[in-house]
Amino acid sequence: MRHIISILIENESGALSRVAGLFSARGYNIESLTVAPTEDPSLSRMTILTSGSDEVLEQITKQLNKLVDVVKVVDLSEAAHVERELMLIKVRATGKDREEMKRMADIFRGRIIDVTESTYVIELTGSSSKLDSFIAALDAGLILETVRTGVCGIGRGDRILKV
Amino acid sequence: MMISGAEIVIRCLQEEKVDCVFGYPGGSVLHIYDALFKQDQVKHILVRHEQAAVHAADAYSRSSQKVGVALVTSGPGVTNTVTGIATAYCDSIPMVVLTGQVPTQYIGQDAFQECDTVGITRPCVKHNFLVKDVKDLAVTIKKAFHIAATGRPGPVVVDIPKDITAQMCEFEYPKAVQMRSYNPVVKGHLGQIKKAVQLLQEAKRPIIYTGGGVILSDAADKLTQLARKLNFPVTNTLMGLGGYPATDRQCVGMLGMHGTFEANMAMHYADVVLAIGARFDDRVIGNPEHFSEEKRRVIHIDIDPSSISKRVKVDVPIVGNVADVLDEILKLMDGGFTAEPEVADWWKQIDEWRGRDSLRYRQSEHIMPQFVVEKLYEVTGGDAFVTSDVGQHQMFAAQYYKFDKPRRWINSGGLGTMGVGLPYGMGVLMANPDAQVACVTGEGSIQMCIQELSTCKQYGLPIKIINLNNGMLGMVRQWQEMFYSKRYSQSYVTSLPDFVKLAESYGHVGMRIEKPEDVEPALRKAFTEHKNDLVFMDFIIDPAANVFPMVAAGKGLTEMILAEDL
Ligand SMILES: Cc1cc2nc3c(=O)[nH]c(=O)nc-3n(C[C@H](O)[C@H](O)[C@H](O)COP(=O)(O)OP(=O)(O)OC[C@H]3O[C@@H](n4cnc5c(N)ncnc54)[C@H](O)[C@@H]3O)c2cc1C
Ligand SMILES: Cc1ncc(C[n+]2csc(CCOP(=O)(O)OP(=O)(O)O)c2C)c(N)n1
Ligand SMILES: [Mg+2]
Repeated sequence: MRHIISILIENESGALSRVAGLFSARGYNIESLTVAPTEDPSLSRMTILTSGSDEVLEQITKQLNKLVDVVKVVDLSEAAHVERELMLIKVRATGKDREEMKRMADIFRGRIIDVTESTYVIELTGSSSKLDSFIAALDAGLILETVRTGVCGIGRGDRILKV
Repeated sequence: MMISGAEIVIRCLQEEKVDCVFGYPGGSVLHIYDALFKQDQVKHILVRHEQAAVHAADAYSRSSQKVGVALVTSGPGVTNTVTGIATAYCDSIPMVVLTGQVPTQYIGQDAFQECDTVGITRPCVKHNFLVKDVKDLAVTIKKAFHIAATGRPGPVVVDIPKDITAQMCEFEYPKAVQMRSYNPVVKGHLGQIKKAVQLLQEAKRPIIYTGGGVILSDAADKLTQLARKLNFPVTNTLMGLGGYPATDRQCVGMLGMHGTFEANMAMHYADVVLAIGARFDDRVIGNPEHFSEEKRRVIHIDIDPSSISKRVKVDVPIVGNVADVLDEILKLMDGGFTAEPEVADWWKQIDEWRGRDSLRYRQSEHIMPQFVVEKLYEVTGGDAFVTSDVGQHQMFAAQYYKFDKPRRWINSGGLGTMGVGLPYGMGVLMANPDAQVACVTGEGSIQMCIQELSTCKQYGLPIKIINLNNGMLGMVRQWQEMFYSKRYSQSYVTSLPDFVKLAESYGHVGMRIEKPEDVEPALRKAFTEHKNDLVFMDFIIDPAANVFPMVAAGKGLTEMILAEDL
């Protein structure tokens, strides 16, 4: 099962390596990991996309909570939440492909944020599967480069992760 | 008043009532050693290898209720400590390790004796710190002691760059620390505790299975009260020995790979298991699939939620400190708990299992290792601190020395580190200066930290070394005999030193004992006439002796190999 774990962690140097080290030492999956300071700069918020059985997930949250720097842990996927991922994708945009690329970006509600004679950089936000579909919809030969942030997510409504 | 970072370090240790640290100096801790020199409240024990400093600090903690401290220099000083830190970590032992680091401005430049201490130790510490500002030094050390000793205990490393120890700063030691990210649970959930008491009342074939958590929580008395009240059988893990008196009728002995027949059978066939500070280790329950074939309900008290339902599914989890939770249970039982659960039939069954006498061993014209431990028990009145190394001798010590008190059995269970025995003896003696200390070891293990004989001489530490010398890496040999068709690959030790002369050359007393009838007199002599000497007793034992019962790797708890089967 796919799970999105959100972590509030002290914004100390080395905090990221404690989390990453825990996952590799115990053989847990990390499909993506994003981290940045919160509105309170002494805290970082980390989002980890992982997968595993219920037992493994139980251990992951327990082990994360055990890290001394970790303030809070929730499994977002246990309840209603929204998740987004950002992708920047550089594509070849010449000749008839130029118009086609523009059209595809529009269909997926992407934005072209950099333009040269032969390339576009398209910014696309959405669920990971939407980004996957966008990539699948393009002619693979025209994709020059992609970069994705990994998933970040937040609980819906009153579900708040705060100190 | 402004004082230097180095002086702050020492003041912090004094504030923590640390009476001794185990260490070894070097470039990046010279300021700290200078500050040590100028005071006499904190004694320093100069070891001969940093690994031993950490083992000794670890045993200082294990054998007392205090936190052991080690102090080492950067680079190789730190890398030498890693085995010791990992050993303490695996057994949840509180400890603070202070490490020197190259000056702040050199970090990351491949400076002389630089290593990434925080990175190298991260997977085997409870937590670690790099101090980047002298203003944070005191509070960081305070946090280190706090984290090490609370919750599930563990080692904490504080890495201190040399320039920080030279800088001047006001000193104020915080009275307490508040950390929003670290608040271990102490009290158990009352609802869960009530459920547990209910379940205990319904049990027909109960067992109390206890581990290192009882020792760490100093809850042996409470456990004894509870067990007596319930009249349930009690089994201890290797780490839990002494948590319940081994000579008590209700004690069925250690369980697991080398546990007694009755303990393993009772654990397997119990209908209710009350697990207290024990983590269902693979050396304890054997093959988990086999274990789960039998239906039973499990109550598990542990301060670390991640120990619960990790390897065995738990029905009533209780997260909390053993001592506090047992208090609650006892209170509830004083209230409503009336009828003693009906366990007479169960006891009959257990006594029948007991009748197998699974610790009986073969007689021989040579000295049997089990016999040496039995005699050691008699000669010391069962009251010694026994440290051990890792191997067959460790199991013999665990099986045949009946520990009635907690914190008397000092060994490496989780990591299984050969070489701990002698430095463990040093740590025990520093924490308990008048104690009788025996180190039960093997000729393989003792050579891994043998240099500490020199430290023992310098500080007059009268450890009695019981070397069960089989000329073999016996535990390895046993597995090769049983599972590798006697292909003894690299388990025979040649070119052993003359241990008597070796001991003497360090200024200690050495004895070689080769005949069974000489065992007891030699032990008596060592513990009386040579009370104040370190005595190295080299017992030449039957090299074919094996440890039984044994649950082979991958087998179930009831599939024990007993000595009588062979
Ligand atoms: C050669 C060899 C053979 C071995 N054979 C055996 C064997 O036959 N039988 C055996 O039992 N072991 C054996 N071991 C040891 C084994 O590897 C484990 O180390 C041991 O079984 C673990 O003991 P434990 O479950 O008591 O856990 P420990 O490692 O002592 O862990 C303590 C548990 O208590 C919890 N705890 C700590 N403090 C508290 C507190 N204040 N309140 C509540 N909970 C707390 C911790 O979170 C942890 O879960 C062997 C080791 C070696 C080297
Ligand atoms: C540092 C380390 N290396 C290797 C091992 C694997 N090992 C476990 S027991 C053992 C043999 C120990 O021999 P000895 O100390 O003579 O004890 P004996 O089993 O003969 O009593 C070995 C090599 C270990 N536990 N620790
Ligand atoms: Mg040996």
